[in-house]
Amino acid sequence: MQRKAINIFKNLDYISILLYLALVFMGWLNIYAAVYNDEYNSIIDISQKYGKQLMWIFITFGFIAAILLIDSKVYSLGSYFIYGLMMLVLVSVLFLGKEVNGARSWFQLGFIKFQPAEFAKFATCLAMAKFMSRFNFKMMTFKNLILLGIICFTPAALIILQNDTGSALVYTSFVLVFYRQGLPGIILGLMFIAVAIFILTLITSSLITLSIILLGGVLGYYIVNKNKKECFFSIIFISIIFSLTKLCFYLFDIDKSDYKILLYSALFFLPFALIYSFKKRIKYALISIVIISGAIGFNSSVHYIFENVLEKHQSQRIKIMLGIESDPYGKGYNVNQSKIAIGSGGLTGKGFLKGTQTKYDFVPEQSTDFIFCTIGEEWGFGGSFVVISIFLTLILRLIFLAERQRSRFSRIYGYGVASIFIFHLAINIGMTIGLAPVIGIPLPFFSYGGSSLLSFSILLFIFIKLDSNRLELFG
Amino acid sequence: MKQFEQRKFTIGILIILVGILLLSRLFYIQVIEDKYKVSAENNSQRIITNYPARGLIYDRNGKLLVSNQATYDLMVIPRRVKNIDIKDFCKILDIDTLTFNKKLKKCKRYSQYRPSIFMPQINYETYAILQEKMHKFQGFFVQTRTLRKYQYNSAAHVLGYIAEVNNREIKKNSYYTMGDYIGKSGVEYTYEKYLRGVKGRTINLVDVHNRIKGKYKNGAYDIHPVIGSNIKLTIDIDLQMYAEKLMQNKRGSVVAIEPSTGEILAKVSAPSYDPNLFVGNLRNKYYRIYRKDKNKPLFDRAMMATYPPGSIFKLPQALIALEEGVINENTEFPCHGGYQVGNFRLKCHVHSSPLDLKHSIQQSCNAYYCYTFRRILEQEKYKRPREAYKVWRQYIKSFGFDSKLGVDIPYERSGFIPNVKYWDKKYRTQRWKALNIISLSIGQGDILITPLQMANMGASIANRGYYKTPHIVKEISNNTIDSSYVNLHKVNISKEYFKPVIEGMEMAVNKPKGTGRLAYTKDIDICGKTGTVQNPHGADHSVFLAFAPKDNPKIALIIYVENGVWGSRYAAPIAGLLIEKYLKGNISKSKKGLEKRMVEADLITEKE
Repeated sequence: MQRKAINIFKNLDYISILLYLALVFMGWLNIYAAVYNDEYNSIIDISQKYGKQLMWIFITFGFIAAILLIDSKVYSLGSYFIYGLMMLVLVSVLFLGKEVNGARSWFQLGFIKFQPAEFAKFATCLAMAKFMSRFNFKMMTFKNLILLGIICFTPAALIILQNDTGSALVYTSFVLVFYRQGLPGIILGLMFIAVAIFILTLITSSLITLSIILLGGVLGYYIVNKNKKECFFSIIFISIIFSLTKLCFYLFDIDKSDYKILLYSALFFLPFALIYSFKKRIKYALISIVIISGAIGFNSSVHYIFENVLEKHQSQRIKIMLGIESDPYGKGYNVNQSKIAIGSGGLTGKGFLKGTQTKYDFVPEQSTDFIFCTIGEEWGFGGSFVVISIFLTLILRLIFLAERQRSRFSRIYGYGVASIFIFHLAINIGMTIGLAPVIGIPLPFFSYGGSSLLSFSILLFIFIKLDSNRLELFG
Repeated sequence: MKQFEQRKFTIGILIILVGILLLSRLFYIQVIEDKYKVSAENNSQRIITNYPARGLIYDRNGKLLVSNQATYDLMVIPRRVKNIDIKDFCKILDIDTLTFNKKLKKCKRYSQYRPSIFMPQINYETYAILQEKMHKFQGFFVQTRTLRKYQYNSAAHVLGYIAEVNNREIKKNSYYTMGDYIGKSGVEYTYEKYLRGVKGRTINLVDVHNRIKGKYKNGAYDIHPVIGSNIKLTIDIDLQMYAEKLMQNKRGSVVAIEPSTGEILAKVSAPSYDPNLFVGNLRNKYYRIYRKDKNKPLFDRAMMATYPPGSIFKLPQALIALEEGVINENTEFPCHGGYQVGNFRLKCHVHSSPLDLKHSIQQSCNAYYCYTFRRILEQEKYKRPREAYKVWRQYIKSFGFDSKLGVDIPYERSGFIPNVKYWDKKYRTQRWKALNIISLSIGQGDILITPLQMANMGASIANRGYYKTPHIVKEISNNTIDSSYVNLHKVNISKEYFKPVIEGMEMAVNKPKGTGRLAYTKDIDICGKTGTVQNPHGADHSVFLAFAPKDNPKIALIIYVENGVWGSRYAAPIAGLLIEKYLKGNISKSKKGLEKRMVEADLITEKE
């Protein structure tokens, strides 16, 4: 026992811990700045946010100490148990939770409130790592994909039921882990294509997007097969059908948009292309045609998804992010004010506690989801650069640590941690500067709130503990 | 697994790319783009909401019922409160220093920088004094708001009231923000969209000392407020007030409808409350008091109370029997103090026997309708009473019973006419007999109808076979009222069958032995039908359904007086007085005594 305790401190990765402490310290300073009041601090309630956060930091340190003292086997062996327990908590919060702002996602224990969705992250990460580290695990079998889906979507679904879609989206970041463990790169590529089509359709039009898809298909074909003649012929073929159909419709006075006509032409063309490529035994013929058809189908359903599947406030946030709709005093208020706050920081910022935009309550939720405004305003681009760099260093360090693990469990868990961090970083900062829709997820270690600080710390330190024991052979 | 190790580079590069993307965007916003620096150093924006005046409400003759009055909310921005003479300030507001500190602390907890209400609705005198000394009280200012003012202490249930929006309403409709007013009941609720107008917004640029530096983007994002539309009700306020006066110290309701249009002329639920007590601050206090009142003054009996209709239900029964051909106007039935089959007996009062249809209405014979209802249900062609009942229920539903009529006042109830399944369950067989449900023949038993629906039935009879959906709004300025209020709803009874029934109603009021004699009014041909509704909890209810004049009717109404014992005792005379008031404008001398008796009758305190 004593020997182990010595080992613990010997093998800890102090680089990560220092980066972590730096972030926590800066985080607290910013919450202090966000709620600080230079004039009336004497008659302010003692229960100020920065005071509470400091208390949470100490509680977190206590938890960290406990995590480091517990035998690291516990995390591997108990992962399913921890996962199951957290799912139970997520279910019970649906019935017993306290409703805040329309989301039933909080538990109130005396004066402490906590949000189970935050803690579900590390539990899911553990369960996922445990499942994928099974002996002879193969990513691309049907059964494994289904089971993995169940592990990741159960918490996501329960969190959506709490009306907290933002926190549920975090689990999509695990796709990076799957990729590292053997998910074909093409799936990652297809996800990018889907997002690109979605955005392109919304900011341009279905017609332009469809044209780009078709030209992209032809271009892709050229790159693979280097046959100019066939590419040229395809374009001519579609153009002729398009012109003929348009002429017919014009003559018979049928009112169809150009998009529809191009769509019909493309659908008319595809079977010919398929037959032709089969006869000629062209490489990847079927898969490329399936992808192109899928892209066309997705393109035509974007508007439907946007209007009918997404909720109104969600689609509006996306519109504002893409700049299609400008509503600086309605739904776009937060983002507009947040951009003003960050933009007004300039290169060097206004200085600690000198921010006016965030001070005067112009930015709603400034101590939680929009905490980055305070950084941007008071520390300027320099401060933003430092904060983002520390985050990136920490995340890259985590990947480095993950890669040096002997145990697959530890490595996968490490990747899970890194994925969650990069997702939160990208989306949270992205939404304050109009790069991502406002989905309300916290910036790790910076956003005010005990649950978020504690859960991110637990997430990180379980990995640091696992890493410190990497030389022991097990699992 | 070594095969995928190279992917760590892809992932690493991806992470670095995300970082570069964020940083380059930040570099653009923070260093290159100037747009965001305009409002940087000293300038910030302040949004001022401009509330438009709420639409006015008039009665059908253009008399102003509801207007607006200005009130003054004392606002504070806690952070700006500086070096004020608290003693002087408290003196003006008539509060002590302790209260001052408590209130200020509460505002601070909400926000240091945003204005919050320090003291709502201060009176004009205080406002005038404050305004003079305002420069001495930095951080405070007065915001003008408008509240409702009711010109008459009347029609509270019709008009409804406005109050601050609650969280649920804000969530439901993004138009509203904290502190806005919204119609909560009555016309204020139904026509909220028209009455409220559109609130405006001015965005000013202010410096750190809150001095206005000009308009944000030259007012590009400002919105001009649009004044709320005025509304003209179908209510006749004189009739409404007179009805309320007659119904004072009684429980019950009055609904009067213009048959040809479906316009509601008066709608009383007694006891009621004074709408002026529901304005602004007073509301909380009086709402609590009224809610505890066991006579339920907040409950709109005219639309939300459901009662068995009593003998007025004999009218549709007669019409259905005629339409089904089971009786004609000459059909006579005997009655010797009631209707008796074996051990079953349904009592009736003493009158001559036998009676024909008209006289059965005039004298309200119970036995006649037991025979009639049995004939309807026991027709050969329907094989079983259960099937005949289905047909009967369709007729009844065509009068607008068992469903909401669609009136433009919220919280209407639909009432209840049992379907066959209800009886199947109650008698545990599908072979129940007409005798099982015989009490329906005289409007007793398991049927429930709202006074509004009863009045609507009166209008349908007055119209000889159709009604228009009752409604309370006649005109909306710059808008049209819902087209559904113009549509005709047919009752499934042929026009010719109304003649004998209406003659019976005429006889009930105008001929000797008629049960509604007390409604008789000189020179007006009133048609009416009394009802006495058995009440297991106390004295019976007094009911009267009437319309007048007989030809080309101008008004149809229901009077429902809880615990009024006989239909003829209170309901009939009140109906007569109301019809006279509406058609002639005043009450004839010969009726003054009756009027006095009705006004003074007290059915609430008597009981206690």
